[in-house]
Amino acid sequence: MSGADRRVLLDPLLDNNPIALQILGICSALAVTTTLATAFTMSLALTVVLTISNGAVSLLRNHIPRSVRLIVQITIIASLVVVVDQILEAYAFEMSKRLSVFVGLIVTNCIVLGRAEGYAMQHGVRLSLLDGLGNGIGYSLVLILVGSVRELLGSGALLGINVLPLAVDGGWFHPMALMLMPPGAFFLIGLLIWGLRTWKRAQIEPSELPETALVLEVKTEAAEGGFARSVR
Amino acid sequence: MDLLALFVDAIFVDNLALSFFLGMCTFLAVSRTVPTALGLGAAVSVVQTITVPVNNLVHRYVVTEGAWAWAGLPDVDLRYLGLMVYIAVIAAVVQVLEMVLERFFPALHRAMGLFLPLLTVNCAILGGSLFMVERDYGFAESAVYGAGTGLGWALAVALLAGIREKLRYADVPEGLRGLGVSFLVVGLMSLGFLALADVRLG
Amino acid sequence: MSEAGAAGISPPEPEGRARALAVAFAVALACGTVVSVTAVLLEPRQQANRVAERQGLIDEIVARLPGLETVLDPSGVDRIETKVVDLGTGDYVSAVDPTTYDPIKAAQDSAARVEIPPDEDLARIGARAPYATVYLARKGRDISLIILPVYGAGYASTLRGFLALEGDLNTVVALAFYEHAETPGLGARLEDPEWLAQWRGKRVRDETGQFRLQVARGRSDADPGAAPYAVDGITGATRTSQGVSQLLRYWLGDHGFGPFLSRLRNEGGAS
Repeated sequence: MSGADRRVLLDPLLDNNPIALQILGICSALAVTTTLATAFTMSLALTVVLTISNGAVSLLRNHIPRSVRLIVQITIIASLVVVVDQILEAYAFEMSKRLSVFVGLIVTNCIVLGRAEGYAMQHGVRLSLLDGLGNGIGYSLVLILVGSVRELLGSGALLGINVLPLAVDGGWFHPMALMLMPPGAFFLIGLLIWGLRTWKRAQIEPSELPETALVLEVKTEAAEGGFARSVR
Repeated sequence: MDLLALFVDAIFVDNLALSFFLGMCTFLAVSRTVPTALGLGAAVSVVQTITVPVNNLVHRYVVTEGAWAWAGLPDVDLRYLGLMVYIAVIAAVVQVLEMVLERFFPALHRAMGLFLPLLTVNCAILGGSLFMVERDYGFAESAVYGAGTGLGWALAVALLAGIREKLRYADVPEGLRGLGVSFLVVGLMSLGFLALADVRLG
Repeated sequence: MSEAGAAGISPPEPEGRARALAVAFAVALACGTVVSVTAVLLEPRQQANRVAERQGLIDEIVARLPGLETVLDPSGVDRIETKVVDLGTGDYVSAVDPTTYDPIKAAQDSAARVEIPPDEDLARIGARAPYATVYLARKGRDISLIILPVYGAGYASTLRGFLALEGDLNTVVALAFYEHAETPGLGARLEDPEWLAQWRGKRVRDETGQFRLQVARGRSDADPGAAPYAVDGITGATRTSQGVSQLLRYWLGDHGFGPFLSRLRNEGGAS
């Protein structure tokens, strides 16, 4: 794999993670991560849809007129999602019931449409496939991590198998119900982003204090007699 | 089905943003100032109130099992096409709404017209329709549910924007700045709304 | 968003409304075909999954009856009868075939369904089918067990399940849900064997005939008077718990199986 290929594939894992940096695809990320199994299935479903849709859109990119490109992209994505949903219902019935409407919501998942419009429309098929795969894996990383922590701390189990000795069974572990509820997921992702940005400092957002900067700039200008110095 | 209870539930307990995490992308990206958030919230409320009942009709008379019985085709079951049909309806409604606003209500168009294209792929809008299908609501219930979830979502976005405006002056750790602290704040809001789960009217 | 190098060429701008329409139509056709073919091919498997699941649950509920082995013992008789009941009158409907009657579909059919007045709609289902399929386990001529399908609104989904009552039509043998989409770890704990086991032996009505069966808020033994009629609430899942209580109250009440159960009591179980 060439250097450019590798970058396309690996960037979305940590440096340009769709959830943690691009703020995409969060919707389904939180509701389905109450257990590791559902998080994993959802990750798989999204990665498949994302990769194939990127490939398909890239294949057709020279033939899609600008005026209808959004509709065409959505049609392709929606069909892929329906197919994946049907396959799940046929071969993993239990799991499809637990995921209920959230597989369907992959259609509106910002990552899929975002990458189709933002990358696949301008790049060749191979790069688009790699981009889809990379973003899918980046998304999966976050989901699987959050899903593992939520299931472990929320029910003392992983993949349905009891790992921590539950208090009701005579052990010491009292499950944290908060982890299974929406707030728990939000806190986890907030902390995850904190950890990621402490490590990869390039992702830190600039301070939103325009007034302070302006005041300092004016003061500096006055003091230096017109020497404008940027304070940020 | 008690419509008032459904309406109140949809706003506070079934809040699409704070209990089901739907519409988060737009929610977090746009909710930086209260005026923008209100514009987005208004757009979502209007679109939701229209699309959920319309999708309800489409579900009953086009998609569901036996919907084509009146045409002599009782065995036709188009439920697998449901997803594509609902999103097509949403896209059409948004497009028409945008055109109507631009032509007849320019002031409104300035206030919220920018957000409308975003709403076609907003999980909250599609999610509202999908939940309506799953719970098999009637037409009146769909309208109430659409209005309620739209307003609930708008409420959540406006509240978050207000908090984020204040947070600009706070000394937030670098790694948490922006997105990170927003998630923590949304978590706290969600916790707050959970307390409303036991409220029963009448 | 980082672009990993402009490795692609900017696409030329295809012109013309006709072209746009043609492309859109072609894509729609191709996608529609793929989706339809997949759905049709997979339908038998999906249907088999649904049937197997429902049957598995019936087997599971029936298997919870203690001494079922003797009951099912070839010399000990027993059979399970499947009957269709008219919920309004409580009579059996012989004209409808229980193996093909689909109450879920009937509840959606606007011509046949029975609207439930809002003040009686405890299960928040809006309308129900006119008939229901019930299962009677008989020992000789006596009913040893009766299984009733029940459903109603939970927190995030519709809960569908079966309630099994002893021959006295007042003591619960088992309750189980075969379909729901409640939150795993919270509402979905209505699937926990420990919670479901609590239902065994609970009574529906007290000596005065008043309906008492419910999911308690908190522990069922907090109020000793209520304990024989209540199970523990599910922690962190108040609304799911309430949903269960309400749907049981509805289906065991006058607008659900009430008339049928009264008839059974009066006639001593004769069919």
